[in-house]
Amino acid sequence: MTDVIIPNVGRDQSSPQETDLRAVAMRPVLETPRWWWPSIGVLTVIVLGGIAAWIYQVANGLGTAGYNDGAFWAIYEANLVTFIGVSYGGAVVSAILRLTHAAWRAPLTRIAEATALVTLPIGMVFIIPHLGDPSRIWELVWPPYWNLTSPILWDFFAVSTYLLATIVFFYLPLVPDAAIALERFDDEVPSTRVKVRKSLYRVLVGRFGGTPYERRRLNGAIGLIAIMIIPMAVSVHSVLSFAFASSSRAGYMETILPVYFVVAALYSGVALVVLTVAASRKLFHLEAFVTPRHFVRLGFLMIAFGAAYLYLTFTEYLIDGYSGTAGASAWVYQIVAGRYAIPFWIYFVAGGIAPLFIMMFRRFRTTSGVVVASFLVVAALWIKRLVIVIPPATEPLVNSPLAKGGVLAGNWGTYHFTWVPISITIAATAAIPLLLLVVFRFVPILSMAEMEELAEGHEESGTLEVGA
Amino acid sequence: MTTRHENEVVAEEDAGRDELTAAAVTIGRRGLLRAAALGTLGVGVLGALTETLVAAAEPATTTPSGPVKQWCMIIDLRLCNGCKLCTTACQTAHYLHEDQTWMNVYTMTNAAGEDYFMPRPCQMCEDPACVPVCPVGANFRTPEGLTLVDQSKCIGTRICMNACPYDARYFNWSDPVPAPRQPFKQEPEWPVPQVKGTVGKCIECAAMLPTGQLPECVTNCPMGVLYFGDLTSDAAVNGMGATVKISTFLAENDAIVFKEEYGTHPRVYYIPGHGQDLNNNSSAS
Ligand code: SF4
Ligand code: SF4
Repeated sequence: MTDVIIPNVGRDQSSPQETDLRAVAMRPVLETPRWWWPSIGVLTVIVLGGIAAWIYQVANGLGTAGYNDGAFWAIYEANLVTFIGVSYGGAVVSAILRLTHAAWRAPLTRIAEATALVTLPIGMVFIIPHLGDPSRIWELVWPPYWNLTSPILWDFFAVSTYLLATIVFFYLPLVPDAAIALERFDDEVPSTRVKVRKSLYRVLVGRFGGTPYERRRLNGAIGLIAIMIIPMAVSVHSVLSFAFASSSRAGYMETILPVYFVVAALYSGVALVVLTVAASRKLFHLEAFVTPRHFVRLGFLMIAFGAAYLYLTFTEYLIDGYSGTAGASAWVYQIVAGRYAIPFWIYFVAGGIAPLFIMMFRRFRTTSGVVVASFLVVAALWIKRLVIVIPPATEPLVNSPLAKGGVLAGNWGTYHFTWVPISITIAATAAIPLLLLVVFRFVPILSMAEMEELAEGHEESGTLEVGA
Repeated sequence: MTTRHENEVVAEEDAGRDELTAAAVTIGRRGLLRAAALGTLGVGVLGALTETLVAAAEPATTTPSGPVKQWCMIIDLRLCNGCKLCTTACQTAHYLHEDQTWMNVYTMTNAAGEDYFMPRPCQMCEDPACVPVCPVGANFRTPEGLTLVDQSKCIGTRICMNACPYDARYFNWSDPVPAPRQPFKQEPEWPVPQVKGTVGKCIECAAMLPTGQLPECVTNCPMGVLYFGDLTSDAAVNGMGATVKISTFLAENDAIVFKEEYGTHPRVYYIPGHGQDLNNNSSAS
């Protein structure tokens, strides 16, 4: 692989340790910081705790997770939506910004794509605790069992296709980077660590030789996938909402639900990308490439989606609440003023208003301000998913609440949080940094080829912030 | 559609209601689901699966030869005193947990603000909302018009609990109540004992019917509220031994079905007595 094109980006900076793009991008692969193993250890213990809780649930039934006939869907379904939702952040930062030729994206794409790559499977794993009998999950992949009129099956197809696209979208930009890394490894002492990565990169690179022709073809392929992944992600989140919306329950049976899911996914997805980018920047010293301006831009992107989400929430609740039909009005009243009011208003303040407020004032619009806002968004949007999933699942369908003395009356079901789903949820959350740490131990954390290409000045080099 | 003629039986005594609209809604929904399935097929799945699709979309509703019994239930709300003996009889017979009220007696409020009682078994819908949503086809309809659950197939997604407009489905959240040896095979017609992690619901005591027995709840109702019958022979009987001609009984007493506007075409008919409207708008939005 000696014929790989290596542009000279960043190499002639004054302090080579910090601004040499390739050195910085490869450092997590080549060096083990002191905190690495302890972090892996702690995170693994948390994940194992979640698995233990799941085993307990399998042995004792879904009832141990707080479910009952009055609340047949709750936290696992909300987690499924949340985790699959945040994986959208990778697609938006990488694909949308790529298609709009926003050159500032370049230092973020690898981290964003890796975030999508790890959160999507974690979200899919929630199918397992969600099922009453996970031992028969194979029926979902065994065609003779398929009932094609079922929205759950549509979900399953959509999410699986999206996973495939996410893997390809992570892989393609990695090819030239693997070629660069492979070449760089020629100078390294051939330790086991280097040898393992060398064989990995050889597989990743395949027959890619790095000629200008190949580069053009590869970029064409990346552009194609970037175009494909956007409608794919939109359809995945829409179809995900069909599982809820294809019913006659007030609150699920909403035309707005698919749009709502897509926008929520974009909103929380960008927020999670901010968090992973911020953490990577600190831990792997990417300050020279990921600048405060990146955070502000991501923050603006985020609150654009946040404002859209606030608007959809308002529209939905206003119209349904106004309708006066027993089911819809009762459901809205329970959310804004009844048994679900506290979580709803937590979302409204922490996930709706506060991020807007933070981004509105220059004084708060700092790196840490954006990180705080993003944290609020991720947490509040999880709560919002609970507020989307739980109320309709606890709705009384036989007794009309209105006939029973007003919108707040009626025999509503109750979901009880127990330690089982909480452990599993914490484990899934811990799995995000765990898997990201593992991923960045094997692949360069910055997409070197993309950044170098952009720095060579073809696309909008004026806005590029490499090494700035 | 072998079931249309019974529908007409009901349509007659539902003269004041807009039967046509309800039928149109239902056909629309089924048609849409089929079209959606075909769309999925066209996009992602190969033609080799066509048979699976047809089998899945038409669960056991093919025309059988000869007259087939078409089971139905009539619930005379004028007589119910809310004793819930039907509920417990059902739970005893099927070894159910206390909260698995396949026959649930709701306390409802009528237009005058007075309480009345409403027993609610599975409505055995002719166009069930629960069947098409199951990803693995665990719900199906028998030629006799019973909607049943195959618990050896059910993976426990609970989307049928979401779909059923009558809250008629109950999950097995923990180990089922242990049951001794049963007179019937454990199958969808007699899912005893229940299976952990799957959905159960009223089966209209399907396995007992061929032996000439009435469902447990019907036999055990001391007020004669519950009638069980066959639409083909147009006769129903209650636990007290009273026999009625279904078509005239329903027509004379202005029978209604629960949530007619959902287009599910229930085969459980309610006879409202004193301004009981079953809160028919309870979840429409
Ligand atoms: S009442 Fe519910 S469970 Fe019974 S057939 Fe109708 S939709 Fe299915
Ligand atoms: S018909 Fe049988 S299964 Fe259905 S409620 Fe009555 S006793 Fe229970």
